[in-house]
Amino acid sequence: MTTISTPTPTRPWLPSTKDKLRDLFFFLLSIVATYVIVAITPMKGKLAYFILFFLLYMSLTAGLQYFARGSAAAKDAFVSSLVAVGAVLTVMPIASIIGTVVSKGYKGLHLGILTTDMSLAAPTDPIANGGLLHAITGTLTLVVLALIMSVPIGILTALYLTEIQGSLSRPIQFLVQAMSGVPSIVAGLFILSAVLYPITKGYSGLMGALALTILMIPTVARTSQEVLKLIPDDLREAGVALGGTQWRTVAMIVLPAARSGLITAVILGIARIAGETAPLLLLTGGGDTVNPNAFNGSIGSLPYYIWKSFNAGSPEAITRAWAGLLVLMIIVLVLFTLARLLGTRKVAR
Amino acid sequence: MNESHESENKKMETTTPSSLADVANAKVQKAPGTRAMGTGLETRGIHAWFGKNHVLSDVNLDFAAGTVTALIGPSGCGKSTFIRTINRMHEFIPGAAMAGEVLLDGKDVYAPGTDVTKIRLQIGMVFQKPNPFPSMTIGENVLSGLKLSQQKVSNKDELLEECLVRAGLWNEVKDRLGAHGGSLSGGQQQRLCIARALAVRPQVLLMDEPCSALDPGSTLRIEETIRELSDTMTIIIVTHNMQQAARVSDYTGFFLSEGGPGQMIEAAPTSEIFSRPRDTRTENYVTGRFG
Repeated sequence: MTTISTPTPTRPWLPSTKDKLRDLFFFLLSIVATYVIVAITPMKGKLAYFILFFLLYMSLTAGLQYFARGSAAAKDAFVSSLVAVGAVLTVMPIASIIGTVVSKGYKGLHLGILTTDMSLAAPTDPIANGGLLHAITGTLTLVVLALIMSVPIGILTALYLTEIQGSLSRPIQFLVQAMSGVPSIVAGLFILSAVLYPITKGYSGLMGALALTILMIPTVARTSQEVLKLIPDDLREAGVALGGTQWRTVAMIVLPAARSGLITAVILGIARIAGETAPLLLLTGGGDTVNPNAFNGSIGSLPYYIWKSFNAGSPEAITRAWAGLLVLMIIVLVLFTLARLLGTRKVAR
Repeated sequence: MNESHESENKKMETTTPSSLADVANAKVQKAPGTRAMGTGLETRGIHAWFGKNHVLSDVNLDFAAGTVTALIGPSGCGKSTFIRTINRMHEFIPGAAMAGEVLLDGKDVYAPGTDVTKIRLQIGMVFQKPNPFPSMTIGENVLSGLKLSQQKVSNKDELLEECLVRAGLWNEVKDRLGAHGGSLSGGQQQRLCIARALAVRPQVLLMDEPCSALDPGSTLRIEETIRELSDTMTIIIVTHNMQQAARVSDYTGFFLSEGGPGQMIEAAPTSEIFSRPRDTRTENYVTGRFG
C-alpha cells in the first residue's frame, strides 16, 4: 500500500518574487528619473512630477512587456497602467479635499460649537465665541423636511414608471430626466416667486426645504426606477398568481426586494441636497439663532454659515468657514452610515 | 424505487413508442371525475395573440377533476401561453389578447365582473424557474399567498406544516423555517414554490415546466409530489420531457405549430398517446423523429 503525499498548494499564476522585484525596480527607477528630469529641465511644480512619473512608468512597463512578450502584451500593460492612472486621478481630488477640509477645519472645532449659536458672536470674533448649533439644527431640519416631501413623491413616481407603465410614462420619464438638470438657483427662484412672495411673504425653513425637494425628487425617482427595474418579473408574476392585487404584490414583494437599493436612492438624494447653497441664500434668511420652528422665520444652515463666514473675511471667520465645512461633511457621513445600517439590518440578521 | 426508476430511464434512452407506452400503462389509471371536487375545468375555443401575432388557435380541452394532464410539444407551440390563459396571467404581457372561454365549475373566468384575484386563488401556478420571495423566510414564503390575498387563518402553524409535508419539503426545512428561501437548493426552492401555491388551497394547479431547471433527483421528488397532489386537485403540467409526461400524467395533450399559430393536435389518455397515437405528427413527435 502506497501512501499518497499531499503536495504543497502553490499559485503558479501569481507573479514570482523576481517579477515583483523587477516591477518595484521599475517603479523606483521612474521616481528617480522623474526627480532628475524635473531638476534639469525648466518643468516645475507638483503637476509636472505626477505627469512625468505616470508617463515614465507607463512607457517603461510597456517597453519591458514589448521585449519580453511582444506588442500585444505591451498594449495590455499600457492600458492596465492607464486604467490605474484613471482610478488614482479620481481618488486624488477626493482625498485632497477631505485632507484640506480636515487640516484647516479642525482648528475651528471646540465643544462650544455643539451648544451655542452665533446670536451673541460675530464671525470675526475669536474662535471660542459662539458656535454652530443654529446651522447644524437648521441643516438637519431642512434635510428632514425635504426627505419627508421628496421620498414618497420620488418612489411613487418610480412605481408609476416601472409598475403601472401608464400612458403618461414617456412624458414623465422625460420630465424627470430634464428636472435632474435644473440648476439649483432656478429651483430657489421658482419657490421665491411662486410661494414666498405671493403666499408666505417671509423666510422660513419650509421654503428652503421646498426648493431642496424640487432638486431631490428627480434623483430619488430615477435611482429608484433603476433599482425597481432590476427586480425580476418572475416575482411580480408569482405574487399576482397567488391572488395578490397589484398593490399588495408591490408592497409585499417588490418594495421589500428592492429595499437596499431604495435606501441607496435616498442616500443619493441626501447627497444631492445636503450642501446646496444657492436656494437657501434666497429662501431661508440664514439667521444666527437656533430656530426650532421650521415653518416661520429665518433659519440657519451650514452652507449659509460657510458662505457668510467666508464673506466676513477675517482669519477667524475663514477658520469658522472651514470648521463649518468639516461639520457638514461629518453630518453627511453620519446620515449615509445611518441609512446604510437601516437598509442592511434585516439582511445582516 | 430508485432501481425501477433507473431501469425505466434505460428503457427511455431507446425512445421507442412501445417503451413509453409501457411506462404509461404501468401507472394505475384513475377514473376521472369520480371525486366530489367540482366539475373541473373546461376550455372552449381558446385563441391567443401577442400584438398581431396569432400564437394559439382554437384549443378545446377538458380537464376532469382529480386528474393530471401533461401538455407536450416543441418549443413555441403555445403550451405555456395556453395555461397562462387559464389563470388569466396571459393578460400581464403587453399587447396580449385572447378569445374563447375558460370554464371553472361551469363559470367563465373571463366573464365581466369576475374577481380575477379569486380566480388565481382557485387556479394556482408553479413557474419554470423557482422564484421564492427573496425578502421572506421559508415559513413566510409558504404563507405569503394568504397575506397577498388578505385572508386570515387561525391555525397558521398547522397549515404551514401541512403544505410543506404535501410538497415533500417538511423534513428538510422543519428546523429552519426562519431561514431565507434563497438558502435552499434549486429543487428545494421549487418545492417551496409548490408549498406556497398549495397554501391558498387551489382547486387546479398549473405547472409550467416545473422541473426544467432541476437535477434528476429533485425532478423525481417533484414527480412524486405531483402524484400525491393529484388525489385532491386537478393538475396541468407543461413539460418537454416525454418520460415525465408518461410517468406522471393520466392524460396528454400534444401541441404543435406548423408555421402558423399553435394548435392542439391530439389529446387522449397518456398510454394511448404513447402507444397508438391517431395522428402521425403526434407519433413522429413522441418517437423523437422531430421536435
